[in-house]
Amino acid sequence: MIPEVLGYAFPNDVHILWSLMIVTYPYVTGLVAGAFIVSSLYHVFGRKELWPIGRFSLVASLAFMLVATWPLLNHLGHPERAFNIMITPSPSSAMAGFGLAYNWYLMILVLEVWFVFRKDIILTARRSRGLKRFLFSVLALRTYDISEEALATDHKIVTVLAAIGIPSACFLHGYVGFLFGALKANPWWSTPLMPVIFLFSAVVSGIAAMILMYLAAMGLKGLPVLRETVATMARWLWLFMILTVTLELLEIITLSYESSEAWVIIRQLLTTRLSFSFFSLQLVFGSLIPFILLMIVVLMGSQMKARVQNILAGAASAILLVQVFSMRWNVVIGGQLFSKSLRGLRSPYQPGFFEKEGILPMLLILVAPFVILVIFERVLPMFRAVEEAAAAGRIGDEDAGGAGATN
Amino acid sequence: MTDFSRRQFLRTAALAGGGCAVFLLLGERRAGRASVPPASPAGDYDWTQHSYAYLIDTVACIGCGMCVKACKAENRVPDGFFRTWIERYEISEDGEAAVDSPDGGLNGFEENVSHVKISKAFFVPKMCNHCAHSPCVQVCPVGASYRTKDGVVLVDQERCVGCGYCVQACPYSSRFIPHEEDTPYPRTAQKCTLCYHRITKGLKPACVAACPVGARQLADMKNPFDPVRKRILTERVQVLQPELLTQPQCYYLALDKEVR
Repeated sequence: MIPEVLGYAFPNDVHILWSLMIVTYPYVTGLVAGAFIVSSLYHVFGRKELWPIGRFSLVASLAFMLVATWPLLNHLGHPERAFNIMITPSPSSAMAGFGLAYNWYLMILVLEVWFVFRKDIILTARRSRGLKRFLFSVLALRTYDISEEALATDHKIVTVLAAIGIPSACFLHGYVGFLFGALKANPWWSTPLMPVIFLFSAVVSGIAAMILMYLAAMGLKGLPVLRETVATMARWLWLFMILTVTLELLEIITLSYESSEAWVIIRQLLTTRLSFSFFSLQLVFGSLIPFILLMIVVLMGSQMKARVQNILAGAASAILLVQVFSMRWNVVIGGQLFSKSLRGLRSPYQPGFFEKEGILPMLLILVAPFVILVIFERVLPMFRAVEEAAAAGRIGDEDAGGAGATN
Repeated sequence: MTDFSRRQFLRTAALAGGGCAVFLLLGERRAGRASVPPASPAGDYDWTQHSYAYLIDTVACIGCGMCVKACKAENRVPDGFFRTWIERYEISEDGEAAVDSPDGGLNGFEENVSHVKISKAFFVPKMCNHCAHSPCVQVCPVGASYRTKDGVVLVDQERCVGCGYCVQACPYSSRFIPHEEDTPYPRTAQKCTLCYHRITKGLKPACVAACPVGARQLADMKNPFDPVRKRILTERVQVLQPELLTQPQCYYLALDKEVR
């Protein structure tokens, strides 16, 4: 089907080359970075209220990371040559840094997960028999030292890894933004703000995902949700969403105020092709509503029942996940809806459900990290501390007058 | 359960590291085999003795579409994609520009019946500008896009991963990635090669050979007797989007301000 063009587009510009997969890719990488920041708030910045999810968010980050390359591989014209990007990278290419950034960060994540869970792995290995014992002893790399000194060293290493991990996570996702921001051919992408916007929105999506995943995981496991944990995440989420939306608006306002050559077509793009996904979805529904919800949680959370607070924070998180997705969509797809002739807009892009780079593959990719998390859960006891605290009666249903968080 | 000594640990780590190195080296060798330079200059052609540029005379062009047809036939360009195309500009007395390029100008242009009073109208052929500082070569993650010693930007079809970054980076939209299987190299980046397979044999690019009015010309900037080179050097020429500093090697005569 030949797309319709309003105005004049260069004949090669009517194709949408970067599809839904390239929308999904920064979305998943953003979740990696965001979930890691949540875990670092606990491991490095000492936000003790986050103890129930310190480990969970770290493993979640790894689960998202393992999936992050899938949309790219599905998009490549020749995925069988994908390793060229690591074997013969072109030094002048921003994209060639991907192999380096990805592997570096993956290494940090795997190491940190290993050191955090080393003791549990060893204890499981000791308790088990047969194949399970063998598997866990392999996971423990056949080192069984869980003396106090060894565990203290583990703790130090985890703190250092988490500390290195923060700039690495920022680099990984800032870099994804740089891929777009450094293309002078496309005025909708080419802004130094792009990496920063990507980074902040990544943190928003990561915290939002962790709030929802925490609520869901506790619900599934029948464990109590701690008011302080949700409240702390909601506070950070509020801060980062304010920063993100401010930057997003600043970009548009600057473009509009400068009124450069490109603004004519970008204005048309925003008011026609992206009017729903930008104004309605990204700004009003996606930003204004969660801003208000989170403001209520942050300013009045202590006066409301924990359940109400959790519902409000959960709703805001769900909406913010949509906001970040629509932001990715507006950047990636929006940048391809107008021609580089700056004279024409093509008809909107509607991905098919079953096509190779369509909606079904995207859903599979977005579900995959949760499948991986379920598998991880069998090996890595992410909620051991919560389970022990609940069993010992140290935490309970706060609305019913149970004890608050203690650790 | 025994404690694992440091020596054993180091041995295991060394084995694992060695395994990874062997894997990567094998990958390198395989990749090396795949990267035979494409379209290597034929016979006694010495690419250090040439430097190509291209001249387009927008006053001479009549928009017949012969160049687009010739390019399509010569290079088996798939339908819906263009290595070269022609744009028609019609500028009204109040300064409004109407631009079109039906089918890339493949079948020429129908007369426009318009009530607007046209003050000037002209055709502008477009193609890859073979920039000296080409953004496409800069962004290619695997080095598949490259610039030859004689100044032509090419794509190694055996190495290209089809990521599309070059397509996004080209400000002139002269690249595309066809997904149809009826092209010799599906799912890789494609573009004008200046008919490299022809010019290295002393022939003209197909579009230059097909142009009935001489609006499209190839220049060899290292040949002091080349008349097209002389025109580029002595006449007032312009390039597309000069503000991007890509240093296009495709020069235009009488380019209008409306052309981007």
